[in-house]
Amino acid sequence: MVEMSKTQRMEEGLHNLKIQNKRERRNGKKYRRRQRTFLLFLLPSFAGVTLFVLLPFLDVVKRSFQTAVTGEFTGVKNYGVIFQNQAFLLAVKNTARFTVVCIPLLVLAGLLVALTLSNLKNASLIKSVYLFPLAMPTATIVLVWKMVFYRQGFLNLLLTKIGELTGLWGSVTTDYLGTGASFWVLVASYLWKNTGYTVVLWLAGILAIPGEFIEAARVDGAGRLKCVRHIILPNLKGSFYTIVILSFLNSFKIYREAYLVAGSYPQEDIYLLQHLFNNWFVNLEFDKMAASAVCVGAVLFVAIMALQRIWDRVE
Amino acid sequence: MLQVKKRLCGAVRKYLTTGVLLVPALLICFPVFLILTGSVMDGLEMKQYLIPVFGEGEGYIRWKLMPDYPTFEHYGRLLFMTPSFFVLFWNSVKLVLCILVGQLLVGVPAAWAFAAYSVRGSRALFAMYVVLMLLPFQVTMLSSYLVLDRLSLMNTHAAIILPAVFSTLPIFLSYGGFRAIPPQLFEAARIDGAGELRIFLTMGLPLGKSGLLSAMVLGFLEYWNLMEQPLAFLEDKALWPLSLYLPEISWLQAGFALCASFITLVPAAFVFVLGQDYLEQGIVYSGLKE
Repeated sequence: MVEMSKTQRMEEGLHNLKIQNKRERRNGKKYRRRQRTFLLFLLPSFAGVTLFVLLPFLDVVKRSFQTAVTGEFTGVKNYGVIFQNQAFLLAVKNTARFTVVCIPLLVLAGLLVALTLSNLKNASLIKSVYLFPLAMPTATIVLVWKMVFYRQGFLNLLLTKIGELTGLWGSVTTDYLGTGASFWVLVASYLWKNTGYTVVLWLAGILAIPGEFIEAARVDGAGRLKCVRHIILPNLKGSFYTIVILSFLNSFKIYREAYLVAGSYPQEDIYLLQHLFNNWFVNLEFDKMAASAVCVGAVLFVAIMALQRIWDRVE
Repeated sequence: MLQVKKRLCGAVRKYLTTGVLLVPALLICFPVFLILTGSVMDGLEMKQYLIPVFGEGEGYIRWKLMPDYPTFEHYGRLLFMTPSFFVLFWNSVKLVLCILVGQLLVGVPAAWAFAAYSVRGSRALFAMYVVLMLLPFQVTMLSSYLVLDRLSLMNTHAAIILPAVFSTLPIFLSYGGFRAIPPQLFEAARIDGAGELRIFLTMGLPLGKSGLLSAMVLGFLEYWNLMEQPLAFLEDKALWPLSLYLPEISWLQAGFALCASFITLVPAAFVFVLGQDYLEQGIVYSGLKE
């Protein structure tokens, strides 16, 4: 009994000391100096971000409750308008569909390639080749895409040749850019551009796992698949979070390809939120733009925060 | 015997994996091949091949590994007879350089602040920066326009440069590089009496340089492809960057367009080859969250 209370007292004392230390660290001279240095280093960036992003965004929030031209307050009317706007609903649907299809595909494709590459000793050349699309100018790609995906382009040529050789089908004349297939063209070009990036991220995660873990499992008789499932994958949770976030960031950039291939009003399956914002901007419909910018911003904010929360819990 | 078999199996498997990985790699290289051969192809020859795609022709597109009539005509025309190409080329160079220098001056100290000094609220602030980094251009387009209009910067290069300088993505990437330095090093320097600025300049920058270099390489590739911003904020076509020149060329001049593509590709490829190691490292650093 006495022993117990002694240890308890000691623990309590230690705890108090820790709190005291923390307080000192927070309010002491040293802390204040650190705070000042932090602010000085951050100041230029923070001033710029405030001036160019934060303050104007507040202005946009204000405008989302006003009419576009006269600036009268109309309450939530703008929000009502956009949620009944056919174009807005279509664009939201397409953008959501694109995100939901692309990100899992990209993450998986990257993981498969990275797992295969991690077995090779000298993979740097292949890695460079996979990364290269990152450096290809978008406008260049689009020219090539047109040659590949038009009705009489390379893809149909290839398919027809295969059909002739195997005798399974005749000539193929699908129009990939004018029909629903255009969505898959976008998916393909997104994968084409970003797989390398994802592979490098996964590969870094895999190579960071200590070799002894895998060796030990091997000695215990685990096969390759078992190693992957029970050792490699559980160790990649941190990479997974970053890969999802960055894939998400890059998925917005697909607009460039979509716009250059098909202009401001493309086939309706690839009419994205980005097209809509651009068209509203050109037509000076700032009220709708403000309301939907606030909505999209809020959704993104909540999504990112939720992801971070989940990630922290997993850790 | 068994050993030979095992070794043989291993070799076969190795070649097989390389082969499987090479197929997508070839697919990735296909556009480069098209651009290279197309840019030295005679206009008439190219027209024959492309007419099924862009015109009313019958049959399918065709291509030649080696053009029948190779010519450097397009390069000559582009480099010596198209002054507008050079105007846009230098616009691009100017925009990219100004943005990158600005990001170095503004973003790198901010990344250092987040990485080296943990004070109350710095984590929340960093989370806000991450969210800002992930907002697509279209969401902030209206707010950028409002502020640029008020500062009467619309239709000037500053309208593109200033918002990009304050982008938070390079901060995120350089942050990873700085975080990878063991903090005990700075503590030791402080005890030896080094000032904070001196620690940043003589220790932080040299040791954490791969993070910020990767931010610069990624930034170059990103801003060399600028599209949304100039389309929205620059009316005067003489101010446009090179990335908007290509889409203006009609398919009738496909050879010319491919040649312009090639020249647009060269600086990006150059930076890519020079900075590939940093690029990879930076991508990796961006994965270290804490």
